[in-house]
Amino acid sequence: MSPLDLLIVLPILAVVAMALGVSARTAALVAVVGNVGIVIGLLIQFQAGVATPQFAASRVVLESPRIAYAVGMDGMSLVLVVLTALVTLCAVWIAPPAGVSEKIWYGSSLLIAAGAMGAFVATDVFFFYAFHELALIPTFLMIGMYGHGGRENRLHAAWKITIYLGVGSLVLLVGLAMLVLRGSPESGMTFDIAQLVASAPKLEAGVQASIFLTLLLGFGVLISLFPFHSWAAPAYAAAPTPVAMLHAGVLKKFGLYGLLRIALPMLPLGAATPWLQHLLLWLLLGNILVIGLVTVAQRSLDQVLGHSSVMHMGYIFLGIACGNVIGYNGALLLMFAHGISIALLFALAGHLRTMTGTLEMSRMSGLAKRAPLFGLLFGMAAMASLGLPGFANFSAEIMVFLGGFASSAGEIGPVQLTTIFALWGVVISAVYMLRAYKNIFMGPPGELPASDPPALTLAEKLPLLLLTLVLLVIGFCPQLLLHFARPVLELLPRH
Amino acid sequence: MPAYVLEIVTLSLGLLLLLAEAFVGPGHKRCIGYAAILGLLVTLCLLPFTCSCTGPTAFWSFYSPDRLALFYKGLALICTIVVLILSLDYLPVLEQFAARAGGGPAVGEFFALPVFICTGMMWMASAVDLTSIFVSLELITIAFYVMVGYQRKNRLSLEAAVKYLILGAISTGFLVYGLSWLFGVTGQTNLLAIEQVLQTTDNQQAALFALALLLVGLAFKVAAVPFQFWVPDVYQGAATPVTAFLSVGSKSAGFIIAYRLLHPFLASPVLHGTTISLLVALAGATLLVGNLAAIPQTNFKRLLAYSSISHAGFLLLALACVPVKSQLSPIQVVSFYLAGYLVMTMLSFAVVGVINRVSGSDDFTAFDGLATRSPFLAFAMLISAVSLAGVPLTVGFLGKFFVFTLAVDSGYTWPVVIAIIGAAAGFYYYLKIVRAMYWNPPKETAPITVGATMKVLVILLIAATLILGVYPQPLLSLLQ
Repeated sequence: MSPLDLLIVLPILAVVAMALGVSARTAALVAVVGNVGIVIGLLIQFQAGVATPQFAASRVVLESPRIAYAVGMDGMSLVLVVLTALVTLCAVWIAPPAGVSEKIWYGSSLLIAAGAMGAFVATDVFFFYAFHELALIPTFLMIGMYGHGGRENRLHAAWKITIYLGVGSLVLLVGLAMLVLRGSPESGMTFDIAQLVASAPKLEAGVQASIFLTLLLGFGVLISLFPFHSWAAPAYAAAPTPVAMLHAGVLKKFGLYGLLRIALPMLPLGAATPWLQHLLLWLLLGNILVIGLVTVAQRSLDQVLGHSSVMHMGYIFLGIACGNVIGYNGALLLMFAHGISIALLFALAGHLRTMTGTLEMSRMSGLAKRAPLFGLLFGMAAMASLGLPGFANFSAEIMVFLGGFASSAGEIGPVQLTTIFALWGVVISAVYMLRAYKNIFMGPPGELPASDPPALTLAEKLPLLLLTLVLLVIGFCPQLLLHFARPVLELLPRH
Repeated sequence: MPAYVLEIVTLSLGLLLLLAEAFVGPGHKRCIGYAAILGLLVTLCLLPFTCSCTGPTAFWSFYSPDRLALFYKGLALICTIVVLILSLDYLPVLEQFAARAGGGPAVGEFFALPVFICTGMMWMASAVDLTSIFVSLELITIAFYVMVGYQRKNRLSLEAAVKYLILGAISTGFLVYGLSWLFGVTGQTNLLAIEQVLQTTDNQQAALFALALLLVGLAFKVAAVPFQFWVPDVYQGAATPVTAFLSVGSKSAGFIIAYRLLHPFLASPVLHGTTISLLVALAGATLLVGNLAAIPQTNFKRLLAYSSISHAGFLLLALACVPVKSQLSPIQVVSFYLAGYLVMTMLSFAVVGVINRVSGSDDFTAFDGLATRSPFLAFAMLISAVSLAGVPLTVGFLGKFFVFTLAVDSGYTWPVVIAIIGAAAGFYYYLKIVRAMYWNPPKETAPITVGATMKVLVILLIAATLILGVYPQPLLSLLQ
C-alpha cells in the first residue's frame, strides 16, 4: 500500500463516515488536514532528481486487456498534488450557509477532491480518466441544490456544465481508446502510462496527429479552451464557493495535466504537426484576447472571476505550445499559481457575497474602509491574478513569455507572434481586475452592506492567509516547487 | 454433475410451487415467494459444481454446457431471485389489481411463473439446436404473456398484455419462418453443423433471407429499432417486477440466442460482410432512436423502456464489432455488459417499485424530493442513474467503455459518433431523475420506510455496481 492510496481513500472514507452518522464537518476536516499532513510527509521524502514515479503501487483489476489501479508520483504530479491538498483544505474549511445538508455539502467537496487527487497520481490511463469523472455528479448536485443566482439560473448552469463536460469526457475517452489501441506495444494492449510513453511515439505522424486532435478537443472542453469555454463562467458564478474553488482551482488543471502527461510524451509527432500547432495557437489567442475582452464587459464579480479563469488558461496553453523546457516550466507553475489565486479569489468573493448579499460591482463602493483586512487580502489576490511581480503568477507568466522566444533563433515565427499578442492579455487583466477592485473597495462607502460587516474571525482568516502566503513564497522562490518537476519536464518532447 | 441438473431442479421447483399454491391459505401466499427464492438460491449454489463436460448421446447436440451457457444460467438465476424479492415488496399493489371474481387476490402463481421463465432462460443459454432454441424461447414468452397481463383490474396492464401478445406472436412467427429457411438452406438443425454448411454455401440469397427473418424476430426480443414500439407501453403497463424481468431477463436471453444464431453467419466468409453491415445499421438506429426518444419522457418506467432500447443499441454494436487488437471478444463484452445491466437496472426497478407502492405513480414527480424523504433510496437511485448513464467507477461505464474500445478497434467511425451522441443524451435524461430527487422540493414529507430484505438487496446491488466498476476481473474471468 502506497501513501498515495491514502490521499485518495481518506476523503472517501470521510464520506462513508458521514453517511454512517459521524459529524460531517469533523470528518471532512480530519480528512483534509490528514491529507495535507500526508502531502508534507511526501514532500520531505520525495527524491528531487528522479524522473520516474515514486511511492508507486499497482493492483491489476483486469488481466487482459491489462488495466491496473496504479498510482505513483513524479515531480509534475507532486506540484498538482500540493495544489489539490491546499485548495481542498481551504475549500472544506469554509463553513456552509444555514439550511444546507452538511453531508451533501462536505461530501461533494471531498469527492471532487478525491477524484482530482486520484487523477493526478494515477499511472494508468483508465484510472487517470475515471478519477476525473468522480467530480461530475457532485458538481451537478451542488450547483443545482445550493447554487447562487435564482433557481432558473443555477439549474441552467448545472445542466450546462454537466452536459458539456460529459460530452468532452466522451470525446476524450474515444481519443484515449484510440491511443491505447494503436499505441500499445506488440506484447498486448496496455493502459500503463510508462509503457505507452515508450511505445506510442513509434506511431506514424498522421495517426499521431489524428489522435492528438481528438485528445486536444476532449481535454480542451475540460479546460475551457476557446470556443468550448461557454460552460465555465456561468457554472463558476452559480457554484457554491467550495465547488467553484475546487473546480476552477484544481479540476480544470486535469486537462492541462493530461496534455503534459499523455498527449505530449506519447504523441510527439502529433504535437509537432504544424497545422495542429497553428490551430492551438489561434484558439489560445481566442482564450486570451476574446475572453479577456468579454471579461472586461462583465458587471458582476463572480462573472469577472469565472471569465478570467477561462482567459488565464490561454497562457498555460501558450506555455505548452512553446515546446521548450522554459515554457513547460512556466505552464506547470502557472497551473499551480492560477489554482491557488483563483481559489483565493472565489473564497473572498464568497465572503463578499455573505457580507453584502450581491456581487454586482456597481452596487458596492468603498468597502476597504469598512473591512480593511478583507480589502488588503482581496487586493493581493487580485494583484497576484493579474501577474504582479512577487506573486507566483508573475514568475509563471514571465517564464511562459520567455519560453515563447526561447527556441527562436532571432526570427519571428507563429509562436513568437502569438506571444506578442498574448502579452496584451496582461493589460486586459489589469483593466478588469483593477476596475473591479476600484469599484468594490475604493471611493466613498456605498449603500452596501447596510451595516458594518463583522470582522473575519480567525477561523475564516486562516485559509485566506494560507493561500496568500503560498502565492508569495512561490512567487519569490518558484524553485521550491519546480526543482521537483525539472527531471520530468526535461523529458518532454521539444520542437 | 451435468449442467442440465439445474434445469431439472428449477422445473421441479416451479411445479412443486404450483402444487403447493393450491394448498396454501389466501393469507399466506408470501410463503410461495419465499420458497421460490430459497429454491433458486439453492440452485445458484449448485451452479459452480456443474461441469462443462458433454456425453456421447444425441442429447448433447441439442444442449451445450459451455462456460458461456453457465454464465447466462447464473444471470438468469440471479435475475429471477431479484425479481421475486421485488415482487414480495410489490405484493400490496398486486393484490389490489389482481382480485379474483369470487374471492381473494390470486397472487400465488405470480411467484411460480418466474421460476418457469428462469428454467426457460437457463435452457436457452445452452440451446444449440434450432428446435431447442425455439421451444425454450416459447417457454419464456408464453409465461411472460401471462405475467404482463397479471394485473387484470388495471387498464394499462391489459393494454400492455394485448400488445405484447400480438406483437410477440408475430415476431415469433418471423423467427420460426427464419429458422425453417435456415433449415431449408443447410439441411441441418444443429448450429455447429449449420456453421459448417454456411462456410461454403452457394445459396447466399436464401441464407440472407433467413438471416433477415431471424433478425426481425431477434430485434423484437431484444428491443431493437425498428421493432421497439411495444417496449414503452408494455414496460409502463406491466407490474414493476415484471417490467424489471422483461427488461433484464428477456434481454439477456435474447442476446445469448442472438449470439448463437448469428455466429454461423458471422463465421461464414461469404455472409460475414452483409451480416456485419446489417448489425451495424440496426445498432446505429437503435442507439439514435432509443437515446433521443428518451429525452422528453416524464414517466420513469417509460424512460427505463427507452433506456433499455438504447442499451440494446450498445449491445448490438458490440456484437457487430470485429476487433483487431482488443483482447476482449464481442461476446465477452456483451456478457459483461448484460451482467452490469442486470445490476444497475434492477437497482432502478427496486426503487421504482417502492415509490410505486408508496405513491401509486411512476412519474418523475413522484420522485420529487426523495432525497429528504429517504436519503437511502435516493442514493440508490443516484448510483443506478449514474451507472446507467455511464459515469466512470461504475459498472455501466466499464460496459460502455469496452463497447467503445471494440468499436474504435473495428474502425467504426460513424457508429462511434452516434454512440457518443447517445451517451451524451443519456447524461441528460438519467440525470433528470437525479434532479427530481435532489433539487425539487418534496410534495409529501412523510419518510419512506424500506423493509429489511429490500434494504439488503439494494445495498448488495449498490455494492455490486461500484465494485464491478473498479474490479471487473472476477466477472470477466468467468468468461475466459
